[in-house]
Amino acid sequence: MTDFPRRPSQLFRNISAKIVSIPMILTALVVFVGGTVWTVFYSFTNSKLLPRLSFVGFEQYERLWAAPRWIIAVENLAIFGILSLIFSLVIGFLLAALMDQKIRFEDTFRTIFLYPFALSFIVTGLVWQWLLNPEFGVQAVVRSLGWSSFTFDPLYDQRIVIYGILIAALWQGTGLVMCLMLAGLRGIDEDIWKASRVDGIPVWKTYLFIVIPMMRPVFITTLVIIAAGIVKVYDLVVAQTSGGPGIASEVPAKYVYDYMFQAQNLGQGFAASTMMLILVVIIVIPWAYLEFGGRKNG
Amino acid sequence: MADPATIAAAVAGGAALPLDSSGPRGERPKPYFSGRNIMIYGTLIVVAVYYLIPLYVMVVTSLKGMPEIRLGNIFSPPMEITFEPWVKAWSTACTGLNCDGLSRGFWNSVLITVPSVVASIAIASVNGYALANWKFKGADIFFTILIIGAFIPYQVMIYPIVIILREIGLYGTLYGLIIVHSIFGMPILTLLFRNYFTSMPQELFKAARVDGAGFWQIFLRIMLPMSLPIFVVAIILQVTGIWNDFLFGVVYTRPDTYPMTVQLNNIVNSVQGVKEYNVNMAATILTGLVPLIVYFASGKLFVRGIAAGAVKG
Repeated sequence: MTDFPRRPSQLFRNISAKIVSIPMILTALVVFVGGTVWTVFYSFTNSKLLPRLSFVGFEQYERLWAAPRWIIAVENLAIFGILSLIFSLVIGFLLAALMDQKIRFEDTFRTIFLYPFALSFIVTGLVWQWLLNPEFGVQAVVRSLGWSSFTFDPLYDQRIVIYGILIAALWQGTGLVMCLMLAGLRGIDEDIWKASRVDGIPVWKTYLFIVIPMMRPVFITTLVIIAAGIVKVYDLVVAQTSGGPGIASEVPAKYVYDYMFQAQNLGQGFAASTMMLILVVIIVIPWAYLEFGGRKNG
Repeated sequence: MADPATIAAAVAGGAALPLDSSGPRGERPKPYFSGRNIMIYGTLIVVAVYYLIPLYVMVVTSLKGMPEIRLGNIFSPPMEITFEPWVKAWSTACTGLNCDGLSRGFWNSVLITVPSVVASIAIASVNGYALANWKFKGADIFFTILIIGAFIPYQVMIYPIVIILREIGLYGTLYGLIIVHSIFGMPILTLLFRNYFTSMPQELFKAARVDGAGFWQIFLRIMLPMSLPIFVVAIILQVTGIWNDFLFGVVYTRPDTYPMTVQLNNIVNSVQGVKEYNVNMAATILTGLVPLIVYFASGKLFVRGIAAGAVKG
């Protein structure tokens, strides 16, 4: 760095580091900032097949919130999101607590609980589509055992289709939550347990009033991870139901894709994706504020 | 539900999870049948069975003939094992007009995954090293933007990237998709490597500087040989992530360059023709095989990979 004949200008100091950072700088500025600004900007135009600059104000957003399909998509996301948050946190924590009882075969159990996470949403969706197939799957098997009026066909029932997707999503993602929770539990000082045992506090009370409050950061981190993933849910729905029956299992990410690349209504797609962005901001900002607000160098 | 990029970003920002999870502490439990133990193991085994059922059904279904599937129940083992569905899924299953099976998708996925993994890790490792040891003015600002960017839904950035790729003539090609994967792998990988290199003893770096080593020399001779584990974590992370991707595949490639996941979905969810469930399940397993092998072979490193940000300096 020092073998320049004269005093090098400020720009050329540390030149290698600057050169290798070019991809990062381009990604950050062009794709992340530029792309986001571009999309938000064009969501105020009435672009159809190609993006064009004819501004229509908030018309796309008005149309979006008047579209039954979008409303259903948002409702589905809300149901799916809230339920998968609750279930994956509760089940994940309970599993982690069981795993933390100094059990044998811990690695085997962990391997089993986590393997679905290695699979893609497409594979997950297709497997559960098969398992929930009313003609051959779980419903048919239970009926063949003699309970002939048994009905369990979530993927073919508009009212409960989103729960069918939830089942698959929980199967895929709970193992991850369990792992994060287990790591959190392992981070709790052994002395806490000893102290509570000495004081004669029941185990469940120790969990509820001592351990869980101590694991607050882990819970918050897990919450953000799950929540940010939920907003993006797309492949699973495409594989499992393609949004059907009818439009009963539409989700926002699918709405965006369909309008951008199939209905050739870019403006709608941009408006819908901007709404998704707003949703993520609503989730992330309070968390970022909580996590970084009080500290100096986040 | 979550993808590694956001996981890493969230974990890094939030709690420093002690993810060495090197097994339980304390002495080994004595083997005895107490009510408590029966409850614990009973619950765990029931849940484990629930988790394994889909894999079992997939395998069993793929080994049956169609007549048997129509008659029998999905949980029963095959009476007559046939590998025909596997052969058909691999080489003759149809998507629209093409009837050359999943093999094309498989090779496309290989052609996408290998260069994407190499490119993204090469870029991110050097970049992480620069951020850790050769910080320049403004570097942290770009890095912060990059990490925040991991939270932006992909849907927001999809179309601008279509335009960029179209402008440089790579839209619809494998190269285009490789670039996209390198871009979206950057936040988590850069974070991973930056944190790793930051956690290395600074004396090493200083000693090398005193001895006159430059940017590349220190990286190639000192940092690289010492950071093999983190490279393995990064490879695991990227191979599974890129192999499992669907959204980018469907947006940035054309039918003849579709990756395996997209082709699989088209085969299984195609509306024409009679549904061959055994072929569909064979195709599904084939697609899931690569990440599953990576998962079972890597063991605990995979856990470390998904919560990568926890490797905090």
